[in-house]
Amino acid sequence: MRILKFLLQKEFRQIFRNPSILRMIIALPIIQLVVLPLAADFEIKNINISIVDHDRSDYSKALTEKIIASGYFNMNDFGNSYEQSYKEFQKDKSDLILEIPEHFEKNLVKENASSLFIAVNAINGTKALVGSSYLSQIINNYNTSIRSEFIESQNLSAPQTIEITNLNWFNPHMKYAVFMVPGILVFLITMIGTYMCSLNIVKEKEVGTIEQINVTPIKKYQFILGKLIPFWIIGIFVFTLGLFGVARIVYSIIPVGSIILIYSYLSIYLIAVLGVGLIISTYSNTQQQAMSLAFFVMMIFLLMGGLFTSIDSMPEWAKWISRFNPVTYFIEVMRMVVLKGSGFADIKKHFIVISSMAVVFNTWAILNYRKTS
Amino acid sequence: MKQLFTFVRKEFYHVFRDKKTLLLLFGMPIAQIILFGFALTNEIKDADVVICDYSNDNATRQIINKIEANGNFNVFHKIMSHNDIESAFKKGNIKLAIIFPSNFNSDLQHLNKAQIQIIADASDPNTANTLTNYASTIIRTYQAELSKSSAIPLAINNDIRMIYNPELKGVTNFVPGVMALVLLLICVLMTSVSIVKEKEMGTMEILLVSPFNPILVVVAKAIPYFLLSLINLTVILLLSINLLEMPMNGSIVLLYAESSILIITALSLGLLISNSTDSQQTAMLISLMVMLLPTMIFTGFMFPIENMPLPLQVISNIIPSKWYYIIVKSIMIKGLGFTAIWKETLILVGMTVLLLTISIRKFKIRLS
Repeated sequence: MRILKFLLQKEFRQIFRNPSILRMIIALPIIQLVVLPLAADFEIKNINISIVDHDRSDYSKALTEKIIASGYFNMNDFGNSYEQSYKEFQKDKSDLILEIPEHFEKNLVKENASSLFIAVNAINGTKALVGSSYLSQIINNYNTSIRSEFIESQNLSAPQTIEITNLNWFNPHMKYAVFMVPGILVFLITMIGTYMCSLNIVKEKEVGTIEQINVTPIKKYQFILGKLIPFWIIGIFVFTLGLFGVARIVYSIIPVGSIILIYSYLSIYLIAVLGVGLIISTYSNTQQQAMSLAFFVMMIFLLMGGLFTSIDSMPEWAKWISRFNPVTYFIEVMRMVVLKGSGFADIKKHFIVISSMAVVFNTWAILNYRKTS
Repeated sequence: MKQLFTFVRKEFYHVFRDKKTLLLLFGMPIAQIILFGFALTNEIKDADVVICDYSNDNATRQIINKIEANGNFNVFHKIMSHNDIESAFKKGNIKLAIIFPSNFNSDLQHLNKAQIQIIADASDPNTANTLTNYASTIIRTYQAELSKSSAIPLAINNDIRMIYNPELKGVTNFVPGVMALVLLLICVLMTSVSIVKEKEMGTMEILLVSPFNPILVVVAKAIPYFLLSLINLTVILLLSINLLEMPMNGSIVLLYAESSILIITALSLGLLISNSTDSQQTAMLISLMVMLLPTMIFTGFMFPIENMPLPLQVISNIIPSKWYYIIVKSIMIKGLGFTAIWKETLILVGMTVLLLTISIRKFKIRLS
C-alpha cells in the first residue's frame, strides 16, 4: 500500500508539473462538447430546389406556391430549361429539379392524368430520399386538394383515406443535440483515457526512466495501478464537468434515469478503456508508435461505435466488430439511461460485458508488460 | 541540392527503421477504407418493429404483408399496451410500433376513414424519422392502390429520377469523406512529431550547428511523408474503385494533382504544430484530440454543413478536408473538369501557402 501511495504521488506530480497538457485534457473535451453537437444535425432541411415551369398555368403556379410555402425548400432558381437548371445541379447549388411539362393543366383536366419530372442529386442517398419524399408529399397533398374541389363540384362520393398519426416518444421535439451530447461525451472520455494512458507509459520507456522503476522492488500490478488511478480520476472529473456543466447548462439535458447507475457504469468503463491504453503502450517502444496505434484504434472505436451511424444497418461482420468495442456499450447505456430512464434490469447485459472487458484488457496488459526487455 | 538529398535520405532512414510505424502508416488507411466503406451507411436496415393489430381484418393484413415485404423492417406481431411499448423501448428491443385500432376495415369501408398510429423511439431522431417515413410511404402506397380501383379524376404522377447514384448507395457519400479524413489526419499526425522529436531528443542542436540551411531541415522532413502519402493515395484509390465500386468518371491526373495539394496542406499543418510545441505529447494531443472529431464532423460527409448554425458554417471553411471532399466528389462521381473546381483548389493552395509561411517563420534557429 505504501509503495502505491508513493507511485501515485509521483504520477500526480508529473501531471501537475505540465500545466499545458493538464489544461488541454480538461478544456479540449469541454469545448468540443459545447460546439460539436450543434454541428451534428442529421435533420434534412434547407433543400435547394430548381423549378422549370414550361406550362405557366394556374395549376402549375399554385403548385409552385405550395412548394415554396411548405418551408422545406429553398428556392434556388426558376430555370427556362432543364439544361440551364442542370448546371446549378452540377455546382451543388441545387439538390432537386422539378420540371413541369407543357400542357400540364390541359392534360390534367382533359385526360384526367398528367405527370411531373423530378431529378434528384443522389450522391447523399439519405438526403435524396428525404428530399424527394417531401416533394412527393407536397404534390400529393396538392393533388388531393384539387381533387376534392373537383369532386365537390361534381357531387361525387369522397375517396377512402387512411389517417396516420405519429408519436415521437422520449424526444418529442426531435432534437438532435439531445441524442448526440451523451454519445460525444462518452467518446471524448474514451479519447482522453486511452491517449493519456498509452503515451504516459511509452514516454517513460523513451526517456529511459522506466529502467529505474524496473530495478526497484515495485510489483507489476503496483506499477500499473499507479498509472491507472490518476487517469481514472481525471476521467471521472471531466465526465462530471461534461454531464453537469455542459449537458445541463448548455443543452439542458437532465438525466431521466439514475445518476448512481451512470457513475457505477462509468467507473467500470474507465478501467476497461485505460486497459486498452495500457495494451497499446506495452506494444510500442516510441511515442510515435503508440500514437499511430492509438489513432487507429480510436478511429475504429469512433466509427464502429454507433455514434454517428446506426449499428443495426451495418453488415453482419461489422456488427461483430462493434460488439468488441467498449464505446458501443457505453454510448448505448448513456442514451438509454439519460434519455429514456432505463433501469439496472434493462442494462444488466451491458454491465456484464464491460466488466469482462475490463478484466480481459487489464490482464492482457499486465501479462504483456515485462520488467526485463 | 546534394545536401538536401542527404537530408532526405536521413529522414527516409528514420521512417523505414521504425517498422511498426511504417506498418501502421500503410495498414491503417487500407483497413479503414475497407472497414468504413462497407460498414458505414446512413440507411436504416433490419429495424425491429412491433405491429399491434387490434383489428385483424382483410385491410390490416394486406398492409402488414406490405410492411413485412419491405426489407427495412424486422417485424414482430404482438398486442402491446402503451406501457408495454414504453418498457420495450427502454430495453432497446424495438424502434417503432405500428398500431391498428379495432374495426379498421369497417371504418374504412363505411366511414371512408380509418386511423393508424405510429409510435417511434425518438431518443434517436434520425432512426425515428426515417422509419416513420418508410412506414407512412407503405401505407400511402396501399391507399393509392385502393383508390386506383375506383377510377379517380385528376391524377398527378411523379416521375422521380435519382442522378449520380441511382441505387442510393452510401459508398458515394462516405468513401470520398473517408479518403479526405485519412489522408489529412495521417499526414498531420506523422509530421507533427517529426521536428519536436528532434528537439526532445536533443539532436536538433546538432542539425542547427551544421552548415545546412535551417529551412531545408524543415523541407527535408516533409518530403518522405509526401512520397509515402502518394503511395497511400494510390492504394486507397485502387481499393475504392475495384472493391467498393466507386465510380471514376473524371481525370485521374487531375485527382492526383488535387490530392498532392491536400497532402502538402496537411504536411504544412503538421510542421506548424511541430514547430510550435515543445514536447511530443503536446504535439500528439493537438493533432489527435483537436483534429479528429472536428475534421470528421466539418468535412461534411456525416452531417450536412448547410444545417449547421452560421458560426459553425464559417468555422467549417477552415477545414482543408472540406474542400478536398468537394473536389473528390466533383471529379470521381460527377466527372467534372478543372473549371468546376478551380475555386476550391485556389482555397487549398492559399491555405498551404499561409501555413507554410507561418511554420517557416516560427521555426527557431536558436535553442532557448
